Amino acid sequence: MTNIWHNAGARGKLLCLLLLAVLVATPLAADRYLLSVLILVFYFAYLGQAWNLLMGFAGQLSLGHALYLGLGAYTATALWTLFGIGPWLGVFIAIPVAAAAGMFVGWLGWRFAIEGVYFALLTIAFAEFTRIGFDHLQVTGASAGLFLSVNSPGSDKWWNLGGGPLLYYYLALILAAGATFLVAYLRQSPLGYRWLAVREDPEAARAVGIDIFRARMIAMLFSASMTAVGGVFYGFYYRNLFPSQVFDIGRSIELILAPIIGGLGTIFGPVVGALILTPLGESLTALMEALGINAPGVKLIFYGLMLMVIISLRPDGVWPWLARRLGLSGARK
Amino acid sequence: MPIDHRKLSRRSVLAGTAAGAVLLGAPGIVRAQTKALKIAVLLPRSGYLAQAGQSCHRGALVAPSVLSDFGHKVELVHIDMESNPDVARTQAERAINEGAQCIVGAFDSAGTLAIAQVCEQRKVPLVVNIAAAPQLTEQGYKYLVRNFPTGGMLVRNGLQQIQALIDTTKIAPKTAVFLHANDNFGMAQRKGMDALFPKAGLPFKLLESIPYDPKAQDLSVEVTKIRGLNPDLLLVVTRAADAIKLVRDTVRQKFQPMAIISPGAPGLYDEEFYKALGPLADYHVDALPWANPKSKVTQALEAAFTKQQPKYRFPVECFNVGFTFDALLIAADAFKRAGTADGPELMKALMATDLADHAMIGPPIKFDAKGQNVDIPSSCVQNRNRTPTVVLPADAATMAPVLPMPPWQGRT
Amino acid sequence: MAITLNVIVQGVLTGLVYGLMALGLSVIFGVMRVVNFAHGEFTVIAMYAAFILFEMLGLQPLIVLLPIAAAFFVVGYLLQRSLISPFVGRAEHEQFILLVGLATVIVNGLLLVFGPDARPINLPYSFDSYAIGSLFIDKVRVYAALGAFAVAAALFLFFRYTRTGTAIRACADNLTGAAVVGLDVKQLYAVTFGLGLACVGAAGTLMATIADASPSLAQAYTLLAFTIVIIGGLGSMVGALVGGVLIGVSEALAGFYIQPSMKSMFSFALLIIVLVLRPQGLLGRRL
Repeated sequence: MTNIWHNAGARGKLLCLLLLAVLVATPLAADRYLLSVLILVFYFAYLGQAWNLLMGFAGQLSLGHALYLGLGAYTATALWTLFGIGPWLGVFIAIPVAAAAGMFVGWLGWRFAIEGVYFALLTIAFAEFTRIGFDHLQVTGASAGLFLSVNSPGSDKWWNLGGGPLLYYYLALILAAGATFLVAYLRQSPLGYRWLAVREDPEAARAVGIDIFRARMIAMLFSASMTAVGGVFYGFYYRNLFPSQVFDIGRSIELILAPIIGGLGTIFGPVVGALILTPLGESLTALMEALGINAPGVKLIFYGLMLMVIISLRPDGVWPWLARRLGLSGARK
Repeated sequence: MPIDHRKLSRRSVLAGTAAGAVLLGAPGIVRAQTKALKIAVLLPRSGYLAQAGQSCHRGALVAPSVLSDFGHKVELVHIDMESNPDVARTQAERAINEGAQCIVGAFDSAGTLAIAQVCEQRKVPLVVNIAAAPQLTEQGYKYLVRNFPTGGMLVRNGLQQIQALIDTTKIAPKTAVFLHANDNFGMAQRKGMDALFPKAGLPFKLLESIPYDPKAQDLSVEVTKIRGLNPDLLLVVTRAADAIKLVRDTVRQKFQPMAIISPGAPGLYDEEFYKALGPLADYHVDALPWANPKSKVTQALEAAFTKQQPKYRFPVECFNVGFTFDALLIAADAFKRAGTADGPELMKALMATDLADHAMIGPPIKFDAKGQNVDIPSSCVQNRNRTPTVVLPADAATMAPVLPMPPWQGRT
Repeated sequence: MAITLNVIVQGVLTGLVYGLMALGLSVIFGVMRVVNFAHGEFTVIAMYAAFILFEMLGLQPLIVLLPIAAAFFVVGYLLQRSLISPFVGRAEHEQFILLVGLATVIVNGLLLVFGPDARPINLPYSFDSYAIGSLFIDKVRVYAALGAFAVAAALFLFFRYTRTGTAIRACADNLTGAAVVGLDVKQLYAVTFGLGLACVGAAGTLMATIADASPSLAQAYTLLAFTIVIIGGLGSMVGALVGGVLIGVSEALAGFYIQPSMKSMFSFALLIIVLVLRPQGLLGRRL
């Protein structure tokens, strides 16, 4: 950890600390709407970090991360509703479940040399397959959904992941910040260098004796496990789960937008992307209202256009450019 | 200073940095005592539920003028939740920040539950217009009332209506197949069906219950399967556009049941259904809660709707429009009795609701301890001349039911 | 037995139309390596185009098939020249964001203009079917499948026997080589994207006769097209049709014999199996 800190540069250190301090203090001043938006920002930043590990560092495109999100969410919430096992314990069961799924997908894909778009399609196929499976799984309510009560004994206590916005705010903040530090740490580790080598040139990496398969599998292990934790958060934040919502391909797509827009393979990319996209959606809603445009769809048209504009202007993402502007080092791809 | 506060809050979001948040003054919930009740109406007007969401929205648009004629004052804020629970949740927070004292919504269960979390914590009542998941009123929400039947209630009442239909038309079906969409609404009804049908004592046998994929591109295989079973009755729970595919494939495969009956699903009475199928859309029956053509509230609502929304037909829209209107009426009525928009007080008044005059068929609206209106009867609505027409119960009916339905051939 | 045959025949007919839609993707993806994640959205635009022409001018889809395909060719050509071109050869995730953005714009644009209702084209024979013994074959499906087959054949001939077609195949095989021998790659790519979209235009027009246009269909079509292309084999024109038919038939049989709500599980399972056992697709060339 000290290593990253040394490399950050004085400005970077200052900015990092300042941002964290501001975010920790925000609930003192912010209203609940802002908090709810920030919770989403952190949530997407966190998931973005998880996905970025696999794509940004190990170079493997997954379009099926909803699989790990959904498995994590369903495992923990089902343990709680069916057996009364609390989420702090349940998360340690949710992680291996999702990790196992991830390892299986990875094993199948990389053992059989499925790469690029083909690998992406493989991940979609597994996520969709599982979605339909859960649509029929009676023990978790099938397509009718799984519901968490709000007033059963202890369900509103923090140790059962129930409570007001502050709990979720700080939890999401800790997740996002923790993931960012973890990613920063991994990036500097020997493992991180192996990932980058594998991403940049698999053949050369193999030539210098890196076990490509192993490196990718470890990336998947981290990525799927972290995503599962995000799923647990999702399940207890919304307190209801439907396979058609949580396993949907739309979920997989929305969670990869932030890291790509922010800057793939960078440490702060997913954070910056989430800080741009979620508020963008909210402010477009506000803008439409201010302009008196109440036609459904207009906001999403602008949202889609913004995606196209950003990726056309900043194909490497916003963060590398922003970091240069701010005079921060270490933001290169 | 509610307005300044809102601007600040937005600008900080626009800036996209949390740093802006610190600049915000101490906010707190602003609930100025005003004469009109400020209601935020959250509906899925885009996304995959857009069709139903926009139909409900038309009900919300016409409501204020009708309510004011009945002596209620409401101010509505219309919010699109994009068929997305994330949006539903943040927009509910925003609406309450901006002074909404009550929320009405949100057509589907996932979105409604996302809003319920917010309402529960902020002590702002949520009046559910449409959402059938039984769990909504079983999870212990204290700031939620629902004037809409659960999946189980829909099936129970629907089966009663089917019995009445058989008695009235003297048809003698021996067999039936139940086809349902495998989504949260369809599955809630399936569970109701599994539990209630064996006890309902209907004179026909249920051969099979078939779930179908709501993302299916066509229902040709499903119909082939049903044709093989050859039931007298086809009981269906469809999503809007699926009903079209179902009837079309049934006609093409020359399968002729005595009737196609739905225990309360959308689809069979939508405008798109009539446009797509023409005369083949006629004679299907939906057993579901319906607007009471003989109620003075409904008549006022219809008059206002026809004037404001000339492109749409009230009899076709009246399910979504009626339930959305009634939800707003319930909120406005509670506000009048409470004399305040204060959350707990308003909620107390909501729980004490006893509202005789409303748009949908049924006895006075009341809520049980869980916030559920347990007495929302279904009626039989039959498509006649491309218009959904109440045919049962007799006191609300404007036509007599006709079954078995005339054969497909010779309808065009 | 007869009923199984019925299910299979319906599956084949529907599969052919799916195949034609996927063919457009196969052309774009196979030649240019552009991951067109707005493919289903373009298909739905074509469905609306067919719907409008039918409602406004009373023109039947089979008549407007070629004009719509031609219009889509022009749209595709221009799109490639303006929006897509900078992204050719870029990383897949960048193309992905661009096209997901475009897809969002299209879906919500359609919602805004046409509303959420399903829009049917009611042809005089929409409800007719051919009865062969105890088999019922939908008339519209037969016509749509024949149309799909004809368009696919025309495209096949184009790629095989015209100079442009050969040149495009050369680009797909060896881009550098193609550029070295003096082919105008930019121009050829624009033509390719145009052809891909022309396919989509034709497929959407045919699709409009068997399904009702609505904005919410788009995403499912995109996924379907990718599944078919991967199963059939990238860059293989016959493969796309075979993949379409295979998906159509396997879904129909799974729906009939196992459970309708689980039928797409089988196409995803099929996709996984093909990816693992034969990643180049059933009829694709070795990668």
